[in-house]
Amino acid sequence: MYRYDEFDREFVLARVAQFSDQVRRRLSGDLTEEQFKPLRLMNGLYLQLHAYMLRVAVPYGTMNSVQMRRLAHIARKYDHGYGHFTTRQNIQFNWPRLDETPEILSELAEVEMHAIQTSGNCIRNVTADHFAGAAADEIADPRVYAEILRQWSSLHPEFSFLPRKFKIAITGAPNDRAAVQVHDIGLQLARNEEGETGFTVYVGGGLGRTPMIGRKVRDFLPEADLLAYTEAILRVYNLYGRRDNKYKARIKILVHETGLEELKADIEREFEAIRGGILTLPKDEVDRIEAYFAPPVFKAPGDESHFAAAIETMPGFADFAQRNLNEHHQPGYTSVTISLKPIGGAPGDASAEQMDVVADLAEKYGHDEIRVSHEQNLVLPHVLKADVPAIYQVLKEHGLAEANAGLVTDIIACPGMDYCALATARSIPVAQRLSERFGTPERQKEIGDLKIKISGCINACGHHHVGHIGILGVEKKGKEFYQITLGGSADEKSSIGEIVGRGFSYEEVVDAVETVVDTYLNIRSGEEEDFLQAYRRVGETPFKEALYGTQ
Amino acid sequence: MSNTIYKNGIFGPNEWAVLEDEADLPESGKVLVSPDRFLALEGSAPEGVELGVVIRAGEKAERLVAHLAKLPMVAIDFPKFSDGRGYSSARLLREKFGYKGELRAIGDVLIDQIPFMIRCGIGSFEISHAPTRRALEEDRLNEVPIYLQPVGRDGEVPLGTRPWARRRVA
Ligand code: SF4
Repeated sequence: MYRYDEFDREFVLARVAQFSDQVRRRLSGDLTEEQFKPLRLMNGLYLQLHAYMLRVAVPYGTMNSVQMRRLAHIARKYDHGYGHFTTRQNIQFNWPRLDETPEILSELAEVEMHAIQTSGNCIRNVTADHFAGAAADEIADPRVYAEILRQWSSLHPEFSFLPRKFKIAITGAPNDRAAVQVHDIGLQLARNEEGETGFTVYVGGGLGRTPMIGRKVRDFLPEADLLAYTEAILRVYNLYGRRDNKYKARIKILVHETGLEELKADIEREFEAIRGGILTLPKDEVDRIEAYFAPPVFKAPGDESHFAAAIETMPGFADFAQRNLNEHHQPGYTSVTISLKPIGGAPGDASAEQMDVVADLAEKYGHDEIRVSHEQNLVLPHVLKADVPAIYQVLKEHGLAEANAGLVTDIIACPGMDYCALATARSIPVAQRLSERFGTPERQKEIGDLKIKISGCINACGHHHVGHIGILGVEKKGKEFYQITLGGSADEKSSIGEIVGRGFSYEEVVDAVETVVDTYLNIRSGEEEDFLQAYRRVGETPFKEALYGTQ
Repeated sequence: MSNTIYKNGIFGPNEWAVLEDEADLPESGKVLVSPDRFLALEGSAPEGVELGVVIRAGEKAERLVAHLAKLPMVAIDFPKFSDGRGYSSARLLREKFGYKGELRAIGDVLIDQIPFMIRCGIGSFEISHAPTRRALEEDRLNEVPIYLQPVGRDGEVPLGTRPWARRRVA
């Protein structure tokens, strides 16, 4: 994985010093809260319902055991003993004190971590496929380009005060696990006929109040032009994106209001002006970064008879092996998903002790690599299949062995009313109740692949628009109401879910979801037809009827 | 307060006055006018008057391209420190249109934004915010002096130095 050189180290330390000075000036009154706010946000510090929240960057979701242990330490020392992994592959601490944040940042800097641009109206942490470098279906490792973009966008002098936040995601595989079409810029690695590397570029995807799927602006952008083209997009957005209304300030609205063709022409014009200039990516620079992401020295396949035996004899292991392993390109290897969705738990939460356990496992079995997935789980990307039973055993002892990756209880939920100052409804408790309702292994297995996503307000941090079943909490006459959308998806065939009808109360919503699920089970053509396929085949009518009657 | 300008590390007198579109042109002196007025006046300003242009957020710098070579001063207005359009205008003027005259930031100019402005090619600053003036007087720029991306400012590209895009401030 990427290792800091002296520049990175100095950069992060200088940023800590800069931020410490900003905190000092805020406390002395030299900076008003209004002036301080964008500065602290650019360093991941939010003001929430009860306290500050610090969002620490895990660039493209990749870290090692030393870093994970440091996060555990911070959870213990400055927080209430746990952290919360987010849909942008970062981690949030919900209880730091403002005057302690410089100290936390110093502790992070010691292990090459920071909170730079995890929030604010700037280019955010670039996200990538959590199986990058491991997946069997990968064209090239997206983290190489994510890292190049990370460096280019860090404290960018021109793009630090954008109309609104700006999110870039990149996938290296045709099966998009990074949801690139719902990002401000989505990059899909591709090869042209000559076998050269480049990108299919999407612009203007996003969720929030006005969900939109990104529009394709380039079929094939050559690798060397990545930064110049990205800069052209950002410049057009910075100059022309709306600043009069924060709900209309994302680039998706600019695409929508300007029209795709005109905006494309604007981007191309800026691109032409800077193409071939200082931003052209030299091949040897790509190679230099790529070397950091060289695969580990893989071992020979181990003795897999124990794996086969464990399937037969170890309780729960067969389900785990079926759901939580992803095909690896290296013979004898697999990627393990560590679920942070225990039945009835808060999605994405991990205790300090659990973080330490995962760090130990990564060190012992996983070539010291850990990933955070945008589905709020952790991943050990490179482990020998032969070692999986031993890993499973340890996970089980620490409440981390839920065999539910991609199943109905693998729910994404935003913090909602429990933490978030903007929330109009609770989301974590809804996730917990759903998880309990569907929690038995038999029930989950019967239902199969199903993504439920929950947001506590229209800002859609829980990505409900792209859940197969999406749940949006709103407030109506002082009560929480939950709107259900169906048919959303954030993969290579992205779609925005459709609202199925009037909302349900907090008490009713779990029953309503169960009605939807049972309807699916009734109408599916067979076990191999998953929820999304069935929905796309039959449409919303049977679900509507089941929920609201035929009238 | 704003009768001084921060430039080249020191505060000095401000010779330029912003003139609203409705106001009459003075007999003489240095005035900053809107692009509209500047283009309308083209060549017809009184002898003793030197004209510069002030670009408000949302106005296109492109309109001035044909006149940049003879413009001694372009001021970019930051209506609010959080409105970042001026950074792009500055880079366009410098790097795309090759403007060589003085580029000035006016409006809500604060200490934490000045390092970014400098990198975008802005060289002088009109500052009314007292803590910012104090910080500049005490030479506290509070910058992160490691640049992770190239911009086109003269002398900033680390040609021949590794790593590729990065540069430490000398
Ligand atoms: S969706 Fe709303 S409630 Fe949930 S985290 Fe985002 S802003 Fe907060």
